[in-house]
Amino acid sequence: MKILVAFKRVIDPDARIKLTADRSGVDTDSVEYKANPFCENALEEALQIAEEHDGEVVLVSAGGPDIDKTIRAGLALGAERAIRVEIEDTVLDSDLAARVFAAVYKEEEPDIFFFGKQAIDSDNNQCGQLVAEYLGLPQACFASEVVIDDDGEVATVTREVDGGLETIALTLPAVITADLRLNTPRFAKLPDIMKAGRKTIDVMDLDDLDIEDTALKIELVSLEEPSARQAGVKVGSIDELVDKLKNEARAL
Amino acid sequence: MANILIVAEQSGGELKKGTLAAVQLANQLGGGFDVLVVGSGVGGVATALQGYGAGKIYVADDAVFGNYLAQPFKAATVAAAEASGAKFIVSTAGTFGKDFLPRVAGAIGAGMVADCVGLAEGGLFKRPMYAGNIIATVKANTERVVISVRASEFDNASPVGGESPIEALSVDVGDVAARFVSFDATESERPELTEADVVVSGGRGLKDGPTFWNVMNPLADVFSAAVGATRAVVDSWDEVPNDMQVGQTGKVVAPKLYVAVAISGAIQHLAGMKNSKTIVAINKDAEAPIFQVADYGLVADAFQAVPEFIEKVKAAR
Ligand SMILES: Cc1cc2nc3c(=O)[nH]c(=O)nc-3n(C[C@H](O)[C@H](O)[C@H](O)COP(=O)(O)OP(=O)(O)OC[C@H]3O[C@@H](n4cnc5c(N)ncnc54)[C@H](O)[C@@H]3O)c2cc1C
Ligand SMILES: Nc1ncnc2c1ncn2[C@@H]1O[C@H](COP(=O)(O)O)[C@@H](O)[C@H]1O
Repeated sequence: MKILVAFKRVIDPDARIKLTADRSGVDTDSVEYKANPFCENALEEALQIAEEHDGEVVLVSAGGPDIDKTIRAGLALGAERAIRVEIEDTVLDSDLAARVFAAVYKEEEPDIFFFGKQAIDSDNNQCGQLVAEYLGLPQACFASEVVIDDDGEVATVTREVDGGLETIALTLPAVITADLRLNTPRFAKLPDIMKAGRKTIDVMDLDDLDIEDTALKIELVSLEEPSARQAGVKVGSIDELVDKLKNEARAL
Repeated sequence: MANILIVAEQSGGELKKGTLAAVQLANQLGGGFDVLVVGSGVGGVATALQGYGAGKIYVADDAVFGNYLAQPFKAATVAAAEASGAKFIVSTAGTFGKDFLPRVAGAIGAGMVADCVGLAEGGLFKRPMYAGNIIATVKANTERVVISVRASEFDNASPVGGESPIEALSVDVGDVAARFVSFDATESERPELTEADVVVSGGRGLKDGPTFWNVMNPLADVFSAAVGATRAVVDSWDEVPNDMQVGQTGKVVAPKLYVAVAISGAIQHLAGMKNSKTIVAINKDAEAPIFQVADYGLVADAFQAVPEFIEKVKAAR
């Protein structure tokens, strides 16, 4: 079984996000980069399935050479090899990323293509779904449990949806997007980190993938920081709290 | 010909309120809108929407839509978009819209504006990024545009009278390699998180699952509130279901009153509640970041403070 995982590098989720002085972009001076948390869940699930079903896990990421460090961190966790599609970060929207991944799918023909449910920078939550549509594949988004049958033909996926948990069955090949409760990602062991340095990262560009149309469908025009909430007060007692709620906020 | 097609969200034949936020956005965009209702036995949903000013209400009522699957819902939406000629295709930004709308965008070559929180001059859209720490103004370069609406940022549209005509829509769903197996619904007598006027949420400071409910149930009762939780809570305590998570990667709420109990206030949690009208925080740590967004902060032990708060709210009414 071959499993592809779309693995994105993002700004550390705990970093304080602020704009550059000219407000043209997010200030990346002195920020740390990490793998998108949802992509870590996607990779972990892929590794577990590969261990059980004798499979191979391949990472795919789109971006410049500076994302190799994050890709290597994914390789250290157990992926066999990686493909990086060379593209300038700033000229990417989720749709172009999806067209890139659909093209990579055609080269690799995996049984499962895993994505994170959303990238915590764009918060777009659409790349996996778009890939599924471009390829005419079934999808299971927001997965919190994935079970592959013994023949490796059907994935039974539990999805976290508003109002409960929904279970659907997909005939492979299929696209699955990972939610955070899917699993607990493992940590890399030192020897594996050393080994990861020797694993292959194949670099492809848009020409290799026959992608000519690089026009963005959604373009960023400007960014702003939301107006901060006016600082409130600390109340000294519950009587004061109830009084303010009743007479000031009129919330009772 | 309408400018906009709204895909109604329903559950078990009941209209979801978020759909009315989508109507509000459509009214702001202007140019008239049609509605699509998809499901099995959803005639009542179509009727419920008749007074809101839609040019037409398309109804795809068929057993194949009885249980939600992305591809059939996409097929129905694409068919309705063709029939209506709409430029904008709009639905809610819960797990419903997030799941099938990107497929609609892919199918018709549209760009998708996810989690739209407002419109800007010149046909532009506003949407949050980075857990709401940045608001981006974006431009769609495509002829047609798919939009998911963050319902908490829009008022529900009010009825305008009249009676929109209803038209049955037949849809060729095609082959689908996905099949519905089961749905395990979260049972609750309480209002829905995204629709409630008051939300009370608990965090890891509440010790364990049973204690969480011992503290939060009476508090929710006194406000007829929905109950939310942090990710730390839903991840660790089986008694608290996942779909109660409020935040960047859970539900986004903006009730009239939000009461945060024993919640530290991580940015990912704030992303889901900081636009609430009035925020109350009860936390024993005076430095907890939740106090930076709280209108009224009380530094206290929740186990003592919450019962006293309940009694005094009752007395004050
Ligand atoms: C990619 C990603 C996505 C995430 N998405 C979400 C999300 O959508 N929603 C979300 O909530 N989190 C999310 N998180 C997790 C988030 O970062 C925090 O870990 C989480 O919100 C913390 O939950 P908490 O406040 O319950 O726990 P803690 O941070 O442990 O805080 C517990 C608080 O309780 C207080 N306390 C303890 N005992 C008492 C007492 N007796 N009385 C009063 N106060 C007490 C403490 O002072 C403390 O402030 C996400 C994280 C990541 C990385
Ligand atoms: N540039 C990228 N490189 C690798 N994976 C990506 C990239 N962009 C999106 N993805 C994948 O698509 C998922 C959803 O992204 P988004 O739709 O942008 O929120 C992410 O969790 C990744 O799995």
